[in-house]
Amino acid sequence: MTVEKTAILQGFPRSPDVLLALLHALQRANPQNYLTPEDLRLAAEYLGLPLSRVHDAVTFYTMFSLRPRGRHILRVCGSPTCHLGGAGSVLAELERKLGIKAGETTPDGLFTLEVTSCLGVCGVAPVMMVDEEVVGNLTPKRVREILRRLREEG
Amino acid sequence: MRRLSVLLCSGTACQSSGALAVKQALVEAITAQGLSDEIQIVETGCMGPCELGPILLIYPDGVHYVRVKPADAQEIVSEHFLKGRPVRRLVWSAPAPEPRTIPFFARQKKIVLGNCGQINPEKIEEYIAQGGYEALAKALTRMTPEEVIAEITRSGLRGRGGAGFPTGKKWQAVREAKGHPKYVICNADEGDPGAFMDRAILEGDPHSVLEGMAIAAYAVGAEKGYIYVRAEYPLAVKRLEVAIAQARKLGLLGPRLFDTDFSFDVELRMGAGAFVCGEETALIASIEGKRGEPRPRPPYPATSGLFGKPTLINNVETFANVRHVILNGGDWLAQMGTATSKGTKVFALAGQVKNTGLVEVPMGITLRELIFDLGGGVPQGRKFKAVQIGGPSGGCLPESLLDVPIDYESLKDYGAIMGSGGVIVLDSSSCMVNVAKFFLEFIADESCGKCVPCRVGTRLMLQLLEKIARGEGTEEDLAELERLAHFVKDASLCGLGQTAPNPVLSTLRYFRDEYLAHIRDKACPAGVCPDLIHYVIDPDLCRACDLCRRACPTGAVEGQPGVPPYRIWLEKCIRCGACFEACPFGAVQKRPGRKG
Repeated sequence: MTVEKTAILQGFPRSPDVLLALLHALQRANPQNYLTPEDLRLAAEYLGLPLSRVHDAVTFYTMFSLRPRGRHILRVCGSPTCHLGGAGSVLAELERKLGIKAGETTPDGLFTLEVTSCLGVCGVAPVMMVDEEVVGNLTPKRVREILRRLREEG
Repeated sequence: MRRLSVLLCSGTACQSSGALAVKQALVEAITAQGLSDEIQIVETGCMGPCELGPILLIYPDGVHYVRVKPADAQEIVSEHFLKGRPVRRLVWSAPAPEPRTIPFFARQKKIVLGNCGQINPEKIEEYIAQGGYEALAKALTRMTPEEVIAEITRSGLRGRGGAGFPTGKKWQAVREAKGHPKYVICNADEGDPGAFMDRAILEGDPHSVLEGMAIAAYAVGAEKGYIYVRAEYPLAVKRLEVAIAQARKLGLLGPRLFDTDFSFDVELRMGAGAFVCGEETALIASIEGKRGEPRPRPPYPATSGLFGKPTLINNVETFANVRHVILNGGDWLAQMGTATSKGTKVFALAGQVKNTGLVEVPMGITLRELIFDLGGGVPQGRKFKAVQIGGPSGGCLPESLLDVPIDYESLKDYGAIMGSGGVIVLDSSSCMVNVAKFFLEFIADESCGKCVPCRVGTRLMLQLLEKIARGEGTEEDLAELERLAHFVKDASLCGLGQTAPNPVLSTLRYFRDEYLAHIRDKACPAGVCPDLIHYVIDPDLCRACDLCRRACPTGAVEGQPGVPPYRIWLEKCIRCGACFEACPFGAVQKRPGRKG
């Protein structure tokens, strides 16, 4: 176990109800944005839970991933409001420019493309989250600009 | 001495349209003019009209600037701040630079949203200056828990999450429940597509929620509270963290509040992407670190909730109402609204409406007032078609029902609900079959899978809708769809499944013609369902720019650059719409009906 992971675990009380928060923290610390088998085992041991119970929770929630993801996660809002506002062409442009489908990661490990439920920013639909940042009033053109910027940042 | 205050909306919507870059540019311009000591910039929560962001409100002038770009900062500072001449082209609804007279604001009654857009949500001092935590002080030092509950009951306040359970009654049940300790939970797992009022309250006035929770805890006899907030709302999480830390520091959360024996503290819990967690028993399971699956009720959380203990769960907007009831009295709230639904409701306007954003109005307003007076109607001269209200549990209502006053009960007879207050406006460019299919896809995807009617029933319904959208449906399918819908409604375990068929049933009820057009004529009248439309090029509009031909992935577009018109070979066309989007002249057009 790495020093970093020990530090993450010790930031939480040994109480089973903190499981989701602990999993969020472990996933965030992984540059590939996912939970490794070791992470699940550590969380189970630390909280005194059966491994099956941790796996059970991880697979229920859409924000946890058991597969490596890109450095940047693009979450396109798939709500009806964004759909009406043109989210379809935004998603199509992302799929075209990245060469992947929703749910996949680019071979260079830079981007993962996901469709999410309503992000609650319907006033500026269509929207997506670029990691923690929300970007609104999207058009295929703006998508291209955002991808260019992110690629430059690396 | 500060001469001017610049209130900059920094809710998520305005941040997403570049509010922080505008702030940066303003700071630079203000510094360059040497005005730093005279002008302060205050980052506030949501002001409401999201579509017009980024938004600035200048005090004391009362000038509202909309759609501000970083490049405008220089002009605003040198013309307005320095010379006192507002920049007309950026002022909302010139020539009346007085925000209260703008119809969007004039019709509103801001109680819950009163502080949003007016104070810096990351400074507890600003909340206190607006009378913050006075209600908590009053409740703790001058009222018994019973008196608090009586006041809430008298106000007629009901749950703002959508179900509308009387808040006073719920508090009473938790107070009377046996068991220790008791818990208070704030349901901030806002997930209804098209609803974003809870986000705005959490981001714009987080202390009002904390104060409401503390008062509730005092009334029911709890010492510990949890706020369960979606992980998709990072800004709300951050502002809550700041608010909790500041309240603890000033002794407004923690042990022995206001030197009484009452102690209360709040912990923040994040979800991880599951719509069903907005259901109270699923939410409790999720706080306990488990799969967010609902369980049958009773027992209700009031008797057996979090960790098996008596638990009060209310929604964000409900808690935000509490301090106003305590300060102004229950009768004050009860004089607003309708016979059964008191006070105000925050509605989120979205979809094909001019002024998207948040509005707070007394209950009993009609959909027509909401959409046309406050929302400004449908943009670009298109025609209003339907309004979807109440999220995936709600329904789609046609023009003829726009004059029904909205409250908890009124829309039920017509197949919709007020719900959490999400209002999505649909115009003539929307296909109702597609809309119903879309909501059902969402529900089928978010169904937790625990009970068969919801897990399997919504799937079967979705398959039928997909069949109809492909043009392969029959009229028997419509009857089967209705049969399945009633089955899912009656037999599902929780509210998610019980209300899931509503969008389908309401569209079948009011827009059956459109379903029949898909079935009999193999045509999508709105031109949305890709299998039931075809594309043509209008020879009069085509300029032979060649963009459509280059965009087409199947070589279905034929033509020579500079020699109009181009044309589309329907046999080769896969109806992806690439040519339609590529055409800058509107020459590529959709037509209902399958051809080729």
